[in-house]
Amino acid sequence: MIFVLLETANQRLTEPSLETLTAARDLALKLGDATEALLIGSGVRALAPTLKGLQSVSVVEDTRLTGYVPEAFAKIAAEAIQKKRPNTVLAPGTEVGNDWLARVAVRLDLGLAAGCTGFSVENGALKSVTRTNWGGSLLEEIEILSNPKLLTLQPHAVSAQPLTGGEPTVETVTVTLDERDFRVRMKELVRKEKKGLSLTEAKVVVGGGRGLGNAEAFKLLEELAGLLNNAAVGATRVATSNNWRPHSDQIGQTGTQIAPDLYIAVGISGAIQHMVGCKNSKKILAVNKDSEAPIFQRADYGVIGDLHQILPALIAEIKKLKGA
Amino acid sequence: MKVLVCIKRVPDTGGGFRLTPDSKRVDTTNLGFAISPHEECAVEEAIRIIEKHGGSSTVLTLGPTAAQEQLREALAKGVSSAILLETEDYESWDAGAVAQAIAETVRSMGFDLLLFGNESADACNYQVGLRVAHLLDLPCVSGIKALEIQERRAIAKRDSPEGWEVYELSLPAVFTVKEGINVPRHPSLRGIMSAKKIPIEQKKPIRRDPQMARELLKKPQEGRQLEILGQGVEAVAKVATKLRELGAI
Repeated sequence: MIFVLLETANQRLTEPSLETLTAARDLALKLGDATEALLIGSGVRALAPTLKGLQSVSVVEDTRLTGYVPEAFAKIAAEAIQKKRPNTVLAPGTEVGNDWLARVAVRLDLGLAAGCTGFSVENGALKSVTRTNWGGSLLEEIEILSNPKLLTLQPHAVSAQPLTGGEPTVETVTVTLDERDFRVRMKELVRKEKKGLSLTEAKVVVGGGRGLGNAEAFKLLEELAGLLNNAAVGATRVATSNNWRPHSDQIGQTGTQIAPDLYIAVGISGAIQHMVGCKNSKKILAVNKDSEAPIFQRADYGVIGDLHQILPALIAEIKKLKGA
Repeated sequence: MKVLVCIKRVPDTGGGFRLTPDSKRVDTTNLGFAISPHEECAVEEAIRIIEKHGGSSTVLTLGPTAAQEQLREALAKGVSSAILLETEDYESWDAGAVAQAIAETVRSMGFDLLLFGNESADACNYQVGLRVAHLLDLPCVSGIKALEIQERRAIAKRDSPEGWEVYELSLPAVFTVKEGINVPRHPSLRGIMSAKKIPIEQKKPIRRDPQMARELLKKPQEGRQLEILGQGVEAVAKVATKLRELGAI
């Protein structure tokens, strides 16, 4: 049996949870196996019957389990796995899912493959998984030797399909939780003031890197972004490490992953740490004085030359076009 | 206050990868190495906490003899002491094995605060810190971007799309940090010189049976065709036309 740990937000399944259910159903089909799931939270019971095509859904309803409570969730999942003895356990590869399954893995002393993007089935058994390394710039095929096999699914690795089939059996699970299971829990949520268009919302992102040379030069990027539709300014790790821009502007493996219609990469060499963060852009336009820069191997459009000359000229050209 | 910070040595890959002929690993010939980014921030955080509250910090890694280079970097920045769990065969260690070796090493050392990176740049396993915490029976919050110590409590914040999630734990506690928690300093020349005199404690860890076995590494498909729009300022008219075509203007 394949067992899915589901992540919810406001009594709804998150998109990565739906993707994980899709991947689990697909794997179950290949293995000729059943799929079951675990739902934990407050007011999540109503979701269980909507998980069509699953054999069974275990529900833990507890008002103390609103939001993600790490140790309690790990204890419940570990107990359910010991009782149900699945051959594979899947969770979404989100911050919550990776945290949750890591805690389960150490409790049960099992291996865990985080950030999986594919499965290799041989002779009716899961032989190996493909998972992301270097934020997705490399893929690793790896065999999980311990049983059950634990894995988290990289978000966007599969697209969520509607659930079809019969309604699952709903099992109500009761668990004993003590103070210890609540020693890690969110105390409060401090909402952030929203300022401007975020990098993930922008349709066009203008990013600057080492080639900018200083914080001042980012004004050129700001001006260009101001002339473009729904545009925001981002930066590379070099730019944020040098304090030219705040870390919240960083695009990359350790920053924000963006997926705009157009990414304009200015003075950016194309280090893999950065490219992982922008590879989902529909189009990439690179401006760089070094025609050998790796960015040109991963861009759709290229302009070779000095950004300090090209950007002012481009800004003037766009102003002219807009004025006309 | 005793702070432990665990780091990983990773290759500085720059613009691309070359794999070894057997596709089992990244070919690191001619590559430099660095402290993995989140851990670099964990080192900085450890130093700042000791500067503010007093005490000592220890940096630890599991890796080859050459990983002394990364430990020395942390010492040069201001960490007080270093431990190397030395193994040349470090790529065969899965997250569970690394966590067990770390937990066994530090169990009786009395650390108040244990810092890890949220995930390493190369393996992206997201689990060593969480595993160590459980093995030591300590509370852990992963992926934090702010940390403050008040008496025997740690107030940590996670950055979520909804806002700042605030957690409060009693020490001792474990945190895995994310880049952005601070901007790491560069070591000073004096720091580099004095770090050379600090002895690195070396231990040979015993690897328990692996739970994971890598078969191979491969590069994902990349499907972009480059069109050069031009060189220098002569290109701007064509760029502007393209921007209009793409709906950006």
